Amino acid sequence: MTAKRLSAPTLLLLPAVLVLAAVVVVPLCLSFYSSFTPFRLTRPETFFTFIGLRNYRNILSDANFWWAFGRTVLLLTIALNLEMLLGLGLALLVEKASRGQRLLRTIMMFPMMFSPILVGFQFKFMFNDNIGLVNNALQSLGLTQDAIPWLIEGHLAFIAISIAEIWSSTSIFAILILAGLLAMPKEPVEAARVDGCTPWQTFRYVTWPFIMPFAYIAMTIRSLDVARAYDIVKIMTDGGPAGRTELLWTLVARTAYSDARMGVANAMAYFSILLSIIFTVYFFKKLAAARTQIGAEW
Amino acid sequence: MDANASARLKRRAGVVAHRVGLFLAMLLICLPGIWIVLSSLRPTVEILAKPPVWIPQQVSLDAYIAMFSGVGKGGIPVLDYFRNSLIISVTSTVIAIAIGMAGGYAFARYRFRGKSAMFLGLMLTRTVPGIALSLPLFFVYARLDIIDTHFGLILAYVALNVPFTIWLIDGFFRQVPKDLAEAAQIDGCTRWQAFWQVEFPLAGPGIASAGIFAFLTSWNEFALASQLTRSINSKTLPVGLLDYTAEFTIDWRGMCALAVVMIIPALVLTFIVQKHLVGGLTSGAVKG
Repeated sequence: MTAKRLSAPTLLLLPAVLVLAAVVVVPLCLSFYSSFTPFRLTRPETFFTFIGLRNYRNILSDANFWWAFGRTVLLLTIALNLEMLLGLGLALLVEKASRGQRLLRTIMMFPMMFSPILVGFQFKFMFNDNIGLVNNALQSLGLTQDAIPWLIEGHLAFIAISIAEIWSSTSIFAILILAGLLAMPKEPVEAARVDGCTPWQTFRYVTWPFIMPFAYIAMTIRSLDVARAYDIVKIMTDGGPAGRTELLWTLVARTAYSDARMGVANAMAYFSILLSIIFTVYFFKKLAAARTQIGAEW
Repeated sequence: MDANASARLKRRAGVVAHRVGLFLAMLLICLPGIWIVLSSLRPTVEILAKPPVWIPQQVSLDAYIAMFSGVGKGGIPVLDYFRNSLIISVTSTVIAIAIGMAGGYAFARYRFRGKSAMFLGLMLTRTVPGIALSLPLFFVYARLDIIDTHFGLILAYVALNVPFTIWLIDGFFRQVPKDLAEAAQIDGCTRWQAFWQVEFPLAGPGIASAGIFAFLTSWNEFALASQLTRSINSKTLPVGLLDYTAEFTIDWRGMCALAVVMIIPALVLTFIVQKHLVGGLTSGAVKG
């Protein structure tokens, strides 16, 4: 029985590892293999034809793929940065409120409860050019006469999607940064003020380093499911108009299921997985670094 | 005197600006939800009216009644979707929590080689985008003939939820002092007993909120469900929502009503767990 006691953590982690291996790792190996074949769902025999790197060569020379890739990175950059800023602002606003903290915090969490697909749908409804809330409001206020084609014109659709994405995820940042603000000891801030720091200096050199780990936790959580944007885009524009809002994920889905070109789609999917992994590892490292920094100072 | 007055004025302006900012922010957060609820209660004519009707003239529950009275009248089989969603979400949550508790306990209480690498590895499996994962899963499931079954989706959702559940539960077990379990063991409990009688009750609320989080993930998941389900055998509510857009005209009112039905359980559950959720996610932030 000594062997068993030695491996207690192994034993406890075994179920998790088994499930993840069965549902995530093995299928991913399979899809990695099939990204080297011209596999089509409609012709199973193609699964065993090996074509080397041809799929990768094809997608790397495909302009559509690079547009989708660039658009995905752009969306993530814009959305994550704005979410961070807005979340920080919201957290500071709520923390400053003297009354109704509990109610404010509950309202703040409101968007977190919406599934991405609902977010997509509700913004599709609000940005509808004919009956949407946004256009109706703009017209009633007399700001514009014509119906703005929010989801029909490429750039506007991208903006609309970004707004939906930001609306849905800002609260994750806000709630975690607020947790950091509330957990923060008051003495350093007071000491800084006594020493004659301006409010900005106090924030920049005392408050910010302390809440940084919390911001990185939010970033890590967000990067765990950045692909939620797929649901939003799928509902709002489905990659349209004419592929102007096509993201990596919608492109993968279209190639795999509509065109039935599984091999190519798997090759593309590996790029999106790589993107997610890079995001996560980056923020995970930042989180670890921020933690040790705090540990040294307090 | 003059300086005093101006300082007071400045302070008051600051308070007012803060209130206005807070109010605007909250309004922006709430508005989309309120608009959905409002639209689900109004007749279609009013939703489509041009120029817009801002104040609802007729309020009725017709959309909800139509939705729950079956396929013929409501357009889509909401009841079936609802049942599928419930079965799949609850089962996968229970299994994910059981596995997550074992894993989270291992991370919180034991030291072993490659611990942080293991943790990162588990998290990385969660980063695989649902749609990228759905390709090979679709292929494997088609071979095993478990596409469009409850079992298939439950399996996928368990795997989806386990990493995050481990993260949360790890945090909750860390908040329970080690000494308590050790004291119980000195008093004659086995480690197994000490876990169930001391540590589990203390971490209980946290584990419950991890469960609710897992439930919500399954309840809301779309990318995998949209590819691994085909018919009313296993279609879940998020996939069902698309049924309203399948035709040339979108039934906005019906969609709004279904959205409200989907959001209410999520709303209630999130409200219950909000406190623990934040605690669990951030417990490791300062102490490491």
